[in-house]
Amino acid sequence: MRLALRDTAGIAKRNLLRIARTPLMVIVTAVQPALLLVLFRYVLGGAITIPGGRYVDYLVPAVFVEAVLIGGMTTSIGLAQDLKSGLIDRFRSLPMARSAVLAGRTIADLSRSVFALAVMVGLGLLVGFRFHSTSWRIVAGMALIIAFGYAFSWMYAAIGLATKDPETAQIAGILPFFVLMFASNAVVPVETMPGWLQGFAKNQPLSVTVSAVRALLEGGPAWHWLWQALAWSAAILVFFFTLAVRLYRSSAA
Amino acid sequence: MPEPMIEVTAVGKRFGDTVALSDVDLTTARGSVLALLGPNGAGKTTLVRILTTLLKPDSGHARVAGCDVVRDAARLRTQIGLAGQYAAVDELLTGRENLELVGLWYHLPKEEYRRRAQEVLVRFGLENAGDRLVKTYSGGMRRRLDIGASLIGRPPVLFLDEPTTGLDPRTRNDLWLFVEELVADGTTVLLTTQYMEEAERLADRIVVLDTGKVIAEGTADELKRQLGGDTLEARVADASDLDRAAAVLAELAGAQPRIDRDQQLVSVPTSGGTSLLVAVGRRFEDENVALADLGFRRPSLDDVFLALTGAKTGGPE
Repeated sequence: MRLALRDTAGIAKRNLLRIARTPLMVIVTAVQPALLLVLFRYVLGGAITIPGGRYVDYLVPAVFVEAVLIGGMTTSIGLAQDLKSGLIDRFRSLPMARSAVLAGRTIADLSRSVFALAVMVGLGLLVGFRFHSTSWRIVAGMALIIAFGYAFSWMYAAIGLATKDPETAQIAGILPFFVLMFASNAVVPVETMPGWLQGFAKNQPLSVTVSAVRALLEGGPAWHWLWQALAWSAAILVFFFTLAVRLYRSSAA
Repeated sequence: MPEPMIEVTAVGKRFGDTVALSDVDLTTARGSVLALLGPNGAGKTTLVRILTTLLKPDSGHARVAGCDVVRDAARLRTQIGLAGQYAAVDELLTGRENLELVGLWYHLPKEEYRRRAQEVLVRFGLENAGDRLVKTYSGGMRRRLDIGASLIGRPPVLFLDEPTTGLDPRTRNDLWLFVEELVADGTTVLLTTQYMEEAERLADRIVVLDTGKVIAEGTADELKRQLGGDTLEARVADASDLDRAAAVLAELAGAQPRIDRDQQLVSVPTSGGTSLLVAVGRRFEDENVALADLGFRRPSLDDVFLALTGAKTGGPE
C-alpha cells in the first residue's frame, strides 16, 4: 500500500512536470470555458430571461462546472498519447502498482482543472457575477465542483484508453461534453425544452451538480440537489474507475 | 545446459482471425543472448509482449527468471527490463528525470535511483544532456536513454525489441559493445532484430520466426550449414557472355547455376574447393569469357533468412 502510494506520487510528479512545461496547454484549458462564459454572457444572454434572477448569476456557476469538465478532457488525450508513444507499455512492464498510472494522472490533471476553475471565478466576478452566500457554502460548492471534475476525469481516462489515439480521444471526449452541457439547465432553464427532453435535462449529472452549486453559491435550499450531485459523482467515479482500470490492464498499443 | 532464464512452451496467440504465434517453443540459458529473427509481422514483438506480461498467451506456458508470465506476473516484472520498439521516454522530462522515475517505480530508495541514473547517463554518454528535456535529444540519444531506463532496475533478464533500428552505425556499435558487457556480467538478453549482422554479432542462439512459427533455430553457423555449402560466383564483364558462363559452370560444377541478369552474375552451389575454381578460371580464359569477378562466397545469414522465409511465404512482399 505504501509502495502503491509512492508509485502514484511518482506518476503524479511526472504529469505535474509535464503540465508545468506546457503552460500553453494550461492556458488553452482555461480559455475554452472563458469563451463559453463570454459568449453566453454577452452574445446569447440578452435573449435569455431567468425568472426571479439575473442571468449572470445563473450562468456563472454552470461555467464553473463546465470548466472542470473541459479540464478532464486533457486526461483522455494525455493517456492516448502515452499509449501511442509506448510509455504505457513501459509502465505496465515495471513492477509498479497497477492503479498508479491512472490515479497519478487523474490527480495531476486535476490541478489544471482547479486552475481553470480559479480563472473562471476571477472572470465571473469581472463580468458581474456575485456570490450571495456564506463562505462555508462557497467552499462546499467549490469542493463539489472539484469532486465532479475528478469523477468525470475517470470517464475521460476510459475514453483515452478505449480510443488509443490522441485525435480520436479528443473528438470522442467532446461528445459527452456537448450532450451534458446543452441538454441541461446549464445555460437555459429546462422549462423551455420539449417535454421528452426535460426529464433527461433535469436529472443528468451535470444539471444536478449545477443546481447544487447554484444553491450553494447563490443561496436557497441545497440539500436536495447536493445529495443527488454527490450520488452522481460517486456513481460515475466507481463505474468509470472500474472500466478504466480494466481497459488499462488489457491495453495493447 | 545452465538453468534456463526464458522458457517458452507451446505458446499460441491469436488476434481475431489472425494467428500471431502458434506453438512456439524456445529456451535461453542464463547469461546468453537469444536473437529472434523474422520479417515484419512474424510475431517477434507479440512474443516479447507475452514474455514481459503486456499480453497474455492464449495457450501454452512461458516462464521468465522462474516466474510464470500469467500467474507470477507481478514478481516477473521485478526481474525484467524492456526497451520496446519505440523509445518509450517522456519528451517533456529531462533524461535524468526519466531515469530517476523508472528507478522509483522499481522501488529503489531515493539515493540508490539517483546514483544509478547518474551511472546510466555516464555509461551512455548522456551526462552532458542529462538535465535537458528529452524533446531536444536526437533519435540515437533517445534510444540510448530508453535502453538505459530498462537497466535502472539491474534486471537479470533484458528484452530489447529492435534496439538498433534507425540508429547510425557508430551508435549501433556502441550499443552492441554495451550488450556484450551486460551479458559478460550475467544478464540474459532476448532481442528481436531484422539485421542479420546484429544477430550474428550478439546472439548465442538465433530463432527464426515466420508467420508466428519457429521455422529454424540454432547458432549462426548451424543455420548457415543448414543451407548447404559455398557458392561459386562468376560475374561476367559482358552480359552477352552470361549464358556461355552458365554452361561452363553447369558442366564443371555439375549443378544447375542461377543466372542474375541485372548483376551479370552466374552462381552455383558447390563443395568443389579451389581446384574447381582454377578449372573454371582456365576454361573461361580458353573460351574468351571476360570476367569481372570470380570467387567463392560463404552463405550469409541474409541468404539463410531469405531462403527460410522465402520458401514459406513465397517470396518477399
